Amino acid sequence: MEEVRLMKGNEALAHAAIRYGADGYFGYPITPQSEVLETLEELRPWETTGMVVLQAESELAAINMVYGGAACGKVVFTSSSSPGISLMQEGLSYIAASEVPALIVNVMRGGPGLGTIHPSQADYFQATKGGGHGDYHMIVLAPSSVQEMCDFMWLGWDLAFKYRTPAMLLADGIVGQMMEKVVLPEPRKRRTEDEIRQLCPWAINGRKNMRPRNVVTSLELDDERMEQNNLRFQRTYREIEKNEIRYEEINTDDCDYLLVAFGSMARICQKVMEIAQEEGLKLGLLRPITLWPFPYEQIKKSSRNAKGILVVELSAGQMIEDVKLAVECKVDVKHYGRLGGIVPTPEEVLDSLKEQFSINK
Amino acid sequence: MDVNDILKPENRVYKKPTLLNDNHMHYCPGCSHGVVHKLIAEILEEMHAEEIAIGIAPVGCAVFAYNYIDVDWIEAPHGRAPALATAAKRLQPDKLVFTYQGDGDMAAIGTAESLHAANRGENIAMIFINNAIYGMTGGQMAPTTLLGMKTSTTPYGRRVDLNGYPLAITNLMAQLDGTCYVTRQSVHTPAAVRKAKAAIRKAFENSLQGKGTSVVEIVSTCNSGWKMTPEQANKWMEENMFAKYPIGDLKNE
Amino acid sequence: MAKIRGAVTVNTDRCKGCNLCVVACPTKVLLLQPKEVNNRGYHFAYMAEPEKCIGCASCALVCPDACIEVYKVKIEE
Repeated sequence: MEEVRLMKGNEALAHAAIRYGADGYFGYPITPQSEVLETLEELRPWETTGMVVLQAESELAAINMVYGGAACGKVVFTSSSSPGISLMQEGLSYIAASEVPALIVNVMRGGPGLGTIHPSQADYFQATKGGGHGDYHMIVLAPSSVQEMCDFMWLGWDLAFKYRTPAMLLADGIVGQMMEKVVLPEPRKRRTEDEIRQLCPWAINGRKNMRPRNVVTSLELDDERMEQNNLRFQRTYREIEKNEIRYEEINTDDCDYLLVAFGSMARICQKVMEIAQEEGLKLGLLRPITLWPFPYEQIKKSSRNAKGILVVELSAGQMIEDVKLAVECKVDVKHYGRLGGIVPTPEEVLDSLKEQFSINK
Repeated sequence: MDVNDILKPENRVYKKPTLLNDNHMHYCPGCSHGVVHKLIAEILEEMHAEEIAIGIAPVGCAVFAYNYIDVDWIEAPHGRAPALATAAKRLQPDKLVFTYQGDGDMAAIGTAESLHAANRGENIAMIFINNAIYGMTGGQMAPTTLLGMKTSTTPYGRRVDLNGYPLAITNLMAQLDGTCYVTRQSVHTPAAVRKAKAAIRKAFENSLQGKGTSVVEIVSTCNSGWKMTPEQANKWMEENMFAKYPIGDLKNE
Repeated sequence: MAKIRGAVTVNTDRCKGCNLCVVACPTKVLLLQPKEVNNRGYHFAYMAEPEKCIGCASCALVCPDACIEVYKVKIEE
């Protein structure tokens, strides 16, 4: 049954996982997302749905457990925060190259290095441009509410299984830690082994009825075949770009200036729009929901009549590169962001917009 | 009696196991990997475990184990086989899950994953090939390389002050509460092969019975890396490797 | 008294001529072909003295490439 609850984003995604029918979670504690593992341990899903929950010895082990589980055709995930996600890059590259579906949650904190435990969006490059070695992509979903933390877990797995690729929920410390109302979906049953055999004929689950052996590997030493593998990955990525771009637009029709922001920053930008409107300044907001594939076309379209674009990120300027690519230098693109875990106020963002575009001066 | 009278199907007492397929193995002539592969195939066949067996292949010479033993395999990143095996077994408790790891995999890059999987008592079998050298990358020092032993990265012999001591990781495994069976075997003589086979079979049975982690170290040769003939390598192993890595059970519960 | 006679076949294509079977044989049945090689250039093993074979399978047990099949008969005398 659906259930309405008040909870943190990190807790919501743990509930969402169990209700999706997840088979396993493997993770290592790190602030600001430790509530994911804590919530799962408290809920004891192994006694109800049979879901496995395991605290691994490191993020490296956790992502490789996810790799192992994913190779078995199971619905598995891990969660971590920025430094932990850096450690996971090895496994992510293998998961992508082996074409197995997995879900990874990054509740971003400030870096580089050990950085800070406070919120950040500075892992945009890492998440959308590869992160690990080789030519690969992950589907990257950016939730901006507790409800989306819940919903995007389901969407993430659906997409991961549809395209046999890793998907990432790129959240930040704000979305992970804040409490909001959330509607938890009606629980579904975990897949049976027969269902997995049907849905994932490539899965590692033993040669039942003496079917030919399955091998999940990322290794191919034959140059020609390795190139074919890579071309196949690229075809999948083009297919994802064609079908799965998601975004939200508010007041983008005939806005004077366009704000582009994702996750928690998109919420702050909504307030920026309201304040600006009171001052008679027409702002629009485009919130990319999929950071990869990126809504290039839509940004181009929505900014056609705008005098400028302000990209608001909790980073020194990462998504701005994609926004610039989208508008092909036809619109003036500026950036505003705070670093070190500081979250800007709406007034601060609006002041920056006015200053950078010389409005009211 | 003529040889052709003996060579009749009804007289056959030994043949290549069916689960070891006809692919030509890439290993060097005389390599211990081939013998261990053959034993695994024989045991899985004898246990009728083809339908439930899952192997986790390492990085190293045995990276292509999945090309030769006809069961389901996942190829792990270097050192991470026990992490993959942990998930494969926990998510499918009715399966027979084993890792196949070299000395670099088990005792260098994957020490954490190996020790922690064993310490958690994961119901997996870990087959550990210790030939004291990195074969695939061209004969560099392994954590298990003996003192004084020449490799391409210890060209004047391994020195304690430069390279530290050889790591008998199986001894550490035996100390862990999660392991039920830890043994060290070899495959250089017919008698040794028989004992190694019994050890691997026991490890596989433990996995199915949920008794905890089993570790079977096979002290092996790498005649190419050691720059010897297969025969010399066996002799060198007996004279040098067995002193540091004595054959026998370290734990049998 | 019963006498044991054995014989082996070598899959010459698979054999890599490592010589381990030759060393393992307790009755010195096997040798490597001195001149002839297989399609990979290896001097493969063969039964040089077949009448000595007792079918003990020592050669097959240590063979890394599983090239050896072993046959054994009991002959009543």
